[in-house]
Amino acid sequence: MARRTKPGPIRVLIAKPGLDGHDRGAKVVARALRDAGMEVIYAGLRQTPEEVVRAAVEEDVDLIGLSILSGAHMALFPRILALLKQEKARRIPVFAGGIIPDEDARRLQKAGVQAIFGPGTSLEEIVATARRLARGTA
Amino acid sequence: MSPAPRLPPAARAIVAGDRRALARAITAVENDDPAARPIVRALYPRTGKIPVIGLTGPLGVGKSSLLSLLIGRLRTAGRSVGAIAVDPSSPFSGGSVLGDRIRLERRADDDGVYFRSMASRGEAGGIAAATREVARLLEAAGFDLVFVETVGSGQVDVAIREVATTSVVVLVPHLGDDVQTLKAGLFEIADIFDVNKSDLPGADRAARDLSELASLGRSADGWTSRIVRTSTTAPMGLDELWEAIEAHERFLDESGGRVAGERRRLAREIADRVREHVGRDVTVRLDRDRELRSLLDRVVARRTDPISAADRLYRQRYRAR
Repeated sequence: MARRTKPGPIRVLIAKPGLDGHDRGAKVVARALRDAGMEVIYAGLRQTPEEVVRAAVEEDVDLIGLSILSGAHMALFPRILALLKQEKARRIPVFAGGIIPDEDARRLQKAGVQAIFGPGTSLEEIVATARRLARGTA
Repeated sequence: MSPAPRLPPAARAIVAGDRRALARAITAVENDDPAARPIVRALYPRTGKIPVIGLTGPLGVGKSSLLSLLIGRLRTAGRSVGAIAVDPSSPFSGGSVLGDRIRLERRADDDGVYFRSMASRGEAGGIAAATREVARLLEAAGFDLVFVETVGSGQVDVAIREVATTSVVVLVPHLGDDVQTLKAGLFEIADIFDVNKSDLPGADRAARDLSELASLGRSADGWTSRIVRTSTTAPMGLDELWEAIEAHERFLDESGGRVAGERRRLAREIADRVREHVGRDVTVRLDRDRELRSLLDRVVARRTDPISAADRLYRQRYRAR
């Protein structure tokens, strides 16, 4: 089954890895993606990298969105990317949002995070990017 | 039956425990993708044997939390579990937020659990059209039993009966007076009533009202609905709930109800599929087929009525000669 030709709605996993209590942003993004017609699997707070990847595989998502405000992104994101690779799910694109300094963002993008959204990004931009990434036209 | 035919590669991968293959097949089934057909067909003979346990009930009664705790218990007992949790799709955007995974607590490396969130995609009744097929895929993948958690249901969301071998209706104290329990719908489908949040006041009363209802006897199958009380915050009653589920499953085996129930569900499934085909076919033809378009014109002009038009169409096009 060729993955990119599947006819159904886009499925997105939204998760907050690590110890971080603030999930307003993740919920706002989840809702915007829902309103754009996507099926959003909302995994919620305090997810380990293993849990994120397990959920992504079981839910067969087209896309993973990670929200992080704790500052632990340089530890957690590379771990998630490595686990995806290990699960032969490297082709699932990953985007992220939260408080991520520019220097870190550059390094994470080099490591394979497809898009990083800082505070103030419009929901339109996030939805458009999510759709583009999920459809494999990035 | 002839000896098992060779399985297509994707089906073989599912049977061998490949979770990615299973995940993709579920997606294909949900999307009604023709690529799913050969997989589903090849795996079908391996299905129909395991318990499929439905958890249904109104919004916010704690179905997801119960599911998580039940999964934990079954894992401790060494049984593998597949779970399908259905949430509603937006009638406006078609999108959905599937949030049942939030409650799930399990070890991320545990291959004995497979949890899948599912959007209802316009289907009424609390489950999605593909739920039955997905439950069968999970069975073929080797899980010992499957849970189906429905959309937070209203009074008449009884479609879980078309999937589950045991239906648990989850309620909470203070949902209404005892006349509510006499009403039709949700209360008729329960093999087991679970009064969840039983740490709250009013649980006794709710359980008593349900007991009275159950003592009136439900149906011709000879099973009397059991009533259990649970709480998920200070976990209690989960053993009793699981025992009640097992008792009903044993009853199905001993009474012959398992075979009869499966037959009833499959008859309904075939009828649903045919209805879907015919419905789609007629919708298209009323638009494109000249004769049918003029039939529709006559109904619009009030020269004939919809019932007569439907009767005529059915007699002419679909009834076996």
